[in-house]
Amino acid sequence: MSVADTSVSPVAPAVVARRLDVGYEGRVVLRGIDAFAIPGRSIALIGPNGSGKSTLLRTFAGLLAPVGGALEVCGLPVSRASKRIAYLNQFHPNAMALPLRVLDVVHMGRLDRRGRFARRRAEDHAAVAEALQRMGVSELAGEALRDLSGGQRQRVFLAQVLARRADVLLLDEPSSGLDAIGRSVYLEAMEAESKRGAVVITATHDVGEAARCDRVMLLAGRLIADGPADEVLTPDNLLSTFGIGLSRAGDHLVVTEHGHHDH
Amino acid sequence: MSQLVDPFLDNVFMQRALLAGILVSIACAIVGSYVVLRGLAFVGDALAHGVLPGVAGAVIIGAPVMLGAAAGALAMIAGVGFITAKSRLSNDSAIGLLFIGLLALGVVLVSSSDELTGDLDAILFGEFLGVSWSDLAVQAIGLVVVIAVCVYAARPFLLLCFDPDLADAMGFGARRHHRLMLALVAGTVVVSFQAVGSLLVFGMLLAPAGTAALVTRRIGSMMTVAAVVGIVSTYIGLSCSYHFDLAAGASVVLSSVVVFFVVLVFRSLRRPAMVGVGHG
Repeated sequence: MSVADTSVSPVAPAVVARRLDVGYEGRVVLRGIDAFAIPGRSIALIGPNGSGKSTLLRTFAGLLAPVGGALEVCGLPVSRASKRIAYLNQFHPNAMALPLRVLDVVHMGRLDRRGRFARRRAEDHAAVAEALQRMGVSELAGEALRDLSGGQRQRVFLAQVLARRADVLLLDEPSSGLDAIGRSVYLEAMEAESKRGAVVITATHDVGEAARCDRVMLLAGRLIADGPADEVLTPDNLLSTFGIGLSRAGDHLVVTEHGHHDH
Repeated sequence: MSQLVDPFLDNVFMQRALLAGILVSIACAIVGSYVVLRGLAFVGDALAHGVLPGVAGAVIIGAPVMLGAAAGALAMIAGVGFITAKSRLSNDSAIGLLFIGLLALGVVLVSSSDELTGDLDAILFGEFLGVSWSDLAVQAIGLVVVIAVCVYAARPFLLLCFDPDLADAMGFGARRHHRLMLALVAGTVVVSFQAVGSLLVFGMLLAPAGTAALVTRRIGSMMTVAAVVGIVSTYIGLSCSYHFDLAAGASVVLSSVVVFFVVLVFRSLRRPAMVGVGHG
């Protein structure tokens, strides 16, 4: 349907989707997605509830099998690429019931690298310490996760993602629950991940957050537009996707009119 | 003081009962922690009841009761999978249907056989004081298997409790390990029901682990504290049973539930703002 990020690059793409149909239980939610993601670039999947952005992200993460088409991550079929991927789920309903320290939650991000039995190695400790520090939660390492506020917990979950030091970061509503400081810490960490060469793909409702990414895929049951933020986040596209008139004013978005959309 | 230890020093059957209680407590502490953390309480309850028709059927055809119990538990797990796959019923509705269906089948089988009627109490409430050395051997083997499986699957089980999607995303296979966890719960019920009974084994899965969840912040500590709570409850329950002529299995389980409430109240008094609420 669309080929985006068409800039010629000598770097092999980290995610390649060809005529990809995604959905679940036999129902196709998004059809015919052609896309590739270059290392070091950030991509926002944006759209209203039910637009298919989480389904696409879960397919990229290997949690849902593609309904049709092909998907490769780091040159591997997605089913064999789990070690190259870090996935942040939108919800963690069970996490608060568990007796877990913050440190243990972040170390969970390294579990597949250690296999079933290996103890924590120096590189695991280093990755976890760095992730805690980058998300500004080092001092909470010994605290119980269930005793933290919602925003603190979200920072811990993001630290778990960073600790994987993965090639592809797939984040579902990552700034949810973060206050202004938390949001700035998160954006800084993601910029550092991009500089490291990781692909960061974010599913978000937040147009402002999407506008910071190198590329935006606008979804509403189909791919409405795909490309640089300035070309995709136009008033017409936003009106047809969200049913609300929005225009960008610097870093801010201004509601200009209300309408309704069909999709 | 002598009243506290004499029952166990003077009577071999009390020593065997205590040993059985310790083995059941350790197995239930480990598996019960996962039952609590993964929210499998209803499945555990259903499995505990599901063994009844298996045991009754085994007695009628002269097969080993443990084999019958295992068949009942297996039917329960397979049935839940079948109903949820073939209907739009939620997991708890499927479990509820099978739970009540298997319990009713068990009662029908028991009522159809004269030789079984007297055994119904023993199946439901256990025979703590009648545990034999061979029963203890089976329990010990069961405990070794439980520990081995939990060591092998500790990491996927942790991820499964935290977020099944994360287990899948890391390549650990959430569905496969969920089934393994259910099999572990079933196996624990099967090897434990002879001592505490099929109804009360559920209490040993839930109460000590629930108590430990109130006071620990690591899963390993939770299992350790749950085992200690289970063993202390076994000792208190058996002692009360001996001195006051009470049903042994029920006394042990009642003790573990009382310990839970004592710890809950004590914790609420110490940290009133923290109980049961995450803030933020």
